[in-house]
Amino acid sequence: MINDIKNEDHSRSAYWRANIKILAYLLIIWFTTSFLFGIVFVKELNLIKMGGFKLGFWFAQQGAIYVFILVIFFYVWRMNKLDKEFDVDE
Amino acid sequence: MDILTWTYIIVGLTFVLYIFIAIKTRASSTKEFYIAGGGVSPIANGIATAADWMSAASFISMAGLISFMGYDGSVYLMGWTGGYVLLALLLAPYLRKFGKYTVPDFVGDRYYSQTARLVAVVAAIFISFTYVAGQMRGVGIVFSRFLEVDINTGVVIGMIIVVFYAVLGGMKGITYTQVAQYCVLIFAYMVPAIFISLQLTGNPIPQLGFGGTLDDGTYLLDKVDGLLTELGFTAYTSGSKEMIDVFFITAALMVGTAGLPHVIVRFFTVPKVKDARKSAGYALLFIAILYTTAPAVGAFGIYNMITNINDKKIDSLPAWVQNWQKTGLIKIEDKNLDGRILYQNDKLKNELTIDKDIMVLANPEIAGLPNWVVALVAAGGLAAALSTAAGLLLVISTAISRDLLKNALAPNISEKKELLFARFSAIFAVIVAGYFGVNPPGFVAEVVAFAFGLAAASFFPIIIMGIFSKRMNKEGAIAGMIVGLLFTLGYLIYFKFLNPTLNNKDNWWFGISPEGIGTLGMVLNFLVSIAISIFTPAPPKHIQDLVEEIRIPRGATSAVIH
Repeated sequence: MINDIKNEDHSRSAYWRANIKILAYLLIIWFTTSFLFGIVFVKELNLIKMGGFKLGFWFAQQGAIYVFILVIFFYVWRMNKLDKEFDVDE
Repeated sequence: MDILTWTYIIVGLTFVLYIFIAIKTRASSTKEFYIAGGGVSPIANGIATAADWMSAASFISMAGLISFMGYDGSVYLMGWTGGYVLLALLLAPYLRKFGKYTVPDFVGDRYYSQTARLVAVVAAIFISFTYVAGQMRGVGIVFSRFLEVDINTGVVIGMIIVVFYAVLGGMKGITYTQVAQYCVLIFAYMVPAIFISLQLTGNPIPQLGFGGTLDDGTYLLDKVDGLLTELGFTAYTSGSKEMIDVFFITAALMVGTAGLPHVIVRFFTVPKVKDARKSAGYALLFIAILYTTAPAVGAFGIYNMITNINDKKIDSLPAWVQNWQKTGLIKIEDKNLDGRILYQNDKLKNELTIDKDIMVLANPEIAGLPNWVVALVAAGGLAAALSTAAGLLLVISTAISRDLLKNALAPNISEKKELLFARFSAIFAVIVAGYFGVNPPGFVAEVVAFAFGLAAASFFPIIIMGIFSKRMNKEGAIAGMIVGLLFTLGYLIYFKFLNPTLNNKDNWWFGISPEGIGTLGMVLNFLVSIAISIFTPAPPKHIQDLVEEIRIPRGATSAVIH
């Protein structure tokens, strides 16, 4: 009984650490595509053209938003998997 | 049939639809009134969130705003979408697991303090009221523009409709009404955009036409850059704001989005934790359809304005220009009396003034679409304004009936009485909002934008720390919220109301405008609350257990035995 609780505590903190790791990676992507590509390095990226778009401008007005959507849906998929792995799903 | 007749028919039909839905889905318990019974499917909640989120300003004004700001307009595009990533990853799943009805509920319980709850209630009411006053004005403007009634009559008609379905339906009613409103508004937005894109670039998808070529083979954006530089403006694809300011404004809008009570509460309405995550994804997807189209519409709009009006003879303008001149949204004044219109960055020489709203409103006529499409745009604008107003009013009424009455003043009140009181608070909130809609204080439009900064500086940090730190205690949270709010409010009031003449980048701290200061307020909130919490006692054991509990998706049935 005591062991069960200990195991559960252990697996809970492992679950939480795994969750934080996923969050960290995804937030880096979120930050990079919007704040770095769309704002900080926009001038440099604007030297590259993609069709009729300057790349930095495209990230700021289109690309970042597409990436945001992908980030969320990837997170949904990854967390559903993680919940099952750690047996904490509903 | 003429435009006005079509408008009455289409707007009338959509109103009948909204009211029909509200009657069908009316709330019969407090749980249904506050969070739609917690049984909304993630897709429906995503659609409703999108409608709730996109206001009359998003629908009518944003594309035009971007067409005059060019690259600088990106702050709104990234700022009002990026917050959903924060919501989905950092807030929604945990708040759903927490399982209560409001943001002050969470703050009060997590920080085991009535003071913290009270500060949160005041902040929620203040943020929502400033936001909703602007919305009611928006409802009035849309009505007056399309139905040719007085703005105040428009506000009153809007109030009656909103009272009807918000009071009767509560969260459950407005959720399903918002689903219908989203369909109306997105259809109304996309049809003209698709035709304009086809007309200019031959590509039916505006997001691609945006980067497409014109008849003469040049890229649209290169052409617009060229036209604007020739007339003395900054090139469309490069902005004039400082980088640090763009960075801070974008961050304030993103974080503010994730801290707005009327957005957060939507994620309480789905059945499971995983639905809350998914729902945020759907919400962003449905928002992105409009938000990725808007910058294209903006670029098409500025191109059409310049090529159709600049340097053209005044007596041979296209019919749509003459039509919109009558409304005052396009103003022409031949200063040098040469019979031609000159569009110039130089204010003394410029002869053309365009209201930003024209970029969306005139689209159907520019694309040569039939009258019923113009009427559809009217219905879309109203759908956008009403859905946002209803969502905000519900937050206010919930804050009054649940957070103040049930949780603070009269904890023993019966469910039936609480529901009745919730309905009365909704009526009260509509009347106050309507009053501000009819008599807008001069600063409302300004303050709406600041609601984001205030939400960023108050709610976001303490909710995040409430979830991600077990050590964060009530002392830290209360101090953080108060410092964040006061700092942001102080900076705003100083530059916007006390010393508007000093409001320029030479005087701003680090070059950050009042619009972006919420980001700094948020950082301060984090720093102050962490510093204070280190020197004050850790939260009690049952609170630390609560934090453990909300981190795990599985429901209360499998809770650990302590």
